[in-house]
Amino acid sequence: MSPARKKIYTVIALAALFIILGVLNNVLSSYHMRLVNLIGINIALVVSLNLTNGFCGVFSLGHAGFMAVGAYVSAILSLPLAKKAVVLPNLPAWLGAIEMNFLASLIIGGLAAALCAFIIGYPVLRLRGHYLAVATLGFLVIVQVVFTQLQDFTRGARGINGLTQYTNVWWVWVFACLTVFIVWRIINSAYGRGMLAIREDDLAAEAMGVNLTLHKLLAFCVGAFFAGAGGSLWGHLITVINPLSFSYDRTFFIVVMSIVGGMNSITGGVAGAAVMTVIPEMLRNLEIGVTIGSFAIPPLYGISQIIMAVVIIIIFITRPKGIVGTREFSWDLLHRKASKQTLEE
Amino acid sequence: MDGNYLLQQMINGVSLGSIYALVAIGFSITYSILRLINFAHGDILMIGSFCALFFLVSLPLPLFLAIAGAMLCAALIGVLVERIAFRPLRSASEEAMLITSLAVSIFIENLGIMTVTAQPRKFAFPQVFSHTYNLGGVSFSNMTLLTVGSAIFLMLALTFFVKRTKLGKAMRACSENIKVARLMGIDINIVIAAAFAIGSALAAVAGIMLGGQYGRIDPLMGFIPGLKAFVAAVIGGIGSIPGAVLGGYALGLFEILLVGLLPVDYSGYRDAFVFLLLIVVLLLRPNGLLGSVEGRKI
Repeated sequence: MSPARKKIYTVIALAALFIILGVLNNVLSSYHMRLVNLIGINIALVVSLNLTNGFCGVFSLGHAGFMAVGAYVSAILSLPLAKKAVVLPNLPAWLGAIEMNFLASLIIGGLAAALCAFIIGYPVLRLRGHYLAVATLGFLVIVQVVFTQLQDFTRGARGINGLTQYTNVWWVWVFACLTVFIVWRIINSAYGRGMLAIREDDLAAEAMGVNLTLHKLLAFCVGAFFAGAGGSLWGHLITVINPLSFSYDRTFFIVVMSIVGGMNSITGGVAGAAVMTVIPEMLRNLEIGVTIGSFAIPPLYGISQIIMAVVIIIIFITRPKGIVGTREFSWDLLHRKASKQTLEE
Repeated sequence: MDGNYLLQQMINGVSLGSIYALVAIGFSITYSILRLINFAHGDILMIGSFCALFFLVSLPLPLFLAIAGAMLCAALIGVLVERIAFRPLRSASEEAMLITSLAVSIFIENLGIMTVTAQPRKFAFPQVFSHTYNLGGVSFSNMTLLTVGSAIFLMLALTFFVKRTKLGKAMRACSENIKVARLMGIDINIVIAAAFAIGSALAAVAGIMLGGQYGRIDPLMGFIPGLKAFVAAVIGGIGSIPGAVLGGYALGLFEILLVGLLPVDYSGYRDAFVFLLLIVVLLLRPNGLLGSVEGRKI
């Protein structure tokens, strides 16, 4: 299929996606719309995590930490002045006088997360394998403790509530599509090839002239930027953020989405995010308790997490590369199927 | 700041360090054989303390029998977890095993919430253990003595086991090189099961002591001590049992002295300092204080 034709297909598919979203926005209840938005945010989070964990082989468990940085920074920057004076009265004067528009605060939140990634990544990325995973988990703990303790900036464990609900379907899905596009462009650039080489064998890659520090840092910081911006979108969708919203559980579930879908593929990231956002939401009903006919299931607190944990173990044992594996979606797939059909006819 | 205050803090540090050391040993044993960082280890600690509570309260057993029973239960569950979750992943990547262990941890924690609810339970040792002695302005309780004493006893027993018994020898062989050990006719499944059983039993004791010191236990009590014990194992040199003990005591003292000596405003940052220490150690001495340098095969 010619590139021009693919481009047309892509534009049509995007237009269709946004028309469908527009329709859904008018039809669905606010609960279901929130689910649609969560899918979009999770797609961005997982695809950006796949860039670091899957494509560059830098196994990070700090994604929720970067989300927290992005969410808090953008919340503090974008809070309306009147509200800020009430909620966070002890902010330094210059910070207390700032009220940014959402886009600017979103970008600064992402940049702050990327800056943290740079500071933590520069020393830590020398570590390999699970040592790196544990060091990034340590970063997550540090972020949580610091945000719990910095009362003047974050209100500590009480969290910041009453954020303006800026996030809507357009913000989320434009952001998700942008993330997919940028990650896709990075992977198909010289930098991306370098990252793949590092994942396969860092010694060989270094011998071939790939700058390990530069490539790993790039993957780490880009991942962190999208995590930060995603965290900011998430915060302004839920409208309440506290340190516990960005705990191990969140990191774990982003990693789970990425593994279920397929860590080494953008398509896998999208699929994993969609599937693993919807299923736990359905399972959550079990926690309230269901009555089917005369048969009543009592409320089972924690059952959705248990099922998720079992699913991840089973997937690891049976399909270690995830549902999608390393394959990628391409318009050629459709074309090939179509041409096969014509041949059979 | 007087000498007594410092000494008092050090006693508290040694007591906490004993608990970390017991948990860190379990991390170290399983790591040295399987290259597995088992995050579910902290939750085994929680299971141990709940089993002990059950034995102590529901069918009143004497304390030491209850501890032995809890160790046995924890060991069984540790072996079960290995059989179900980790054995199928023997050939998988280190990260895959790490994430699986996190999944097991979440599974156990939520199962705990489902069965015994998240409400903390009162966990009281018999009255004798709260009796405190006062020696020249420094006080310590029977509980502290029991914690430190049982930790030291178990470590000595473990050293004897590893150095003198056939299974212990097999274990050392496996941590040296599991493939060659297998070629030499060692049944690695038994060795790995034994490693999990021992680690879990020690964690159970740590859980009971932790419960005894704080007076209450809940299904989520294990995660943070587990993480910190892992930090201790890394500081000492993960894979080495003396390293785990050293790291455990070092971390216990570090943590308590930090809280004791820093201004009160900063004591909330306790956990952050612990993990900062982890990152610093990983950078300066990635193999820990006593760990062996692992060569990289090309």
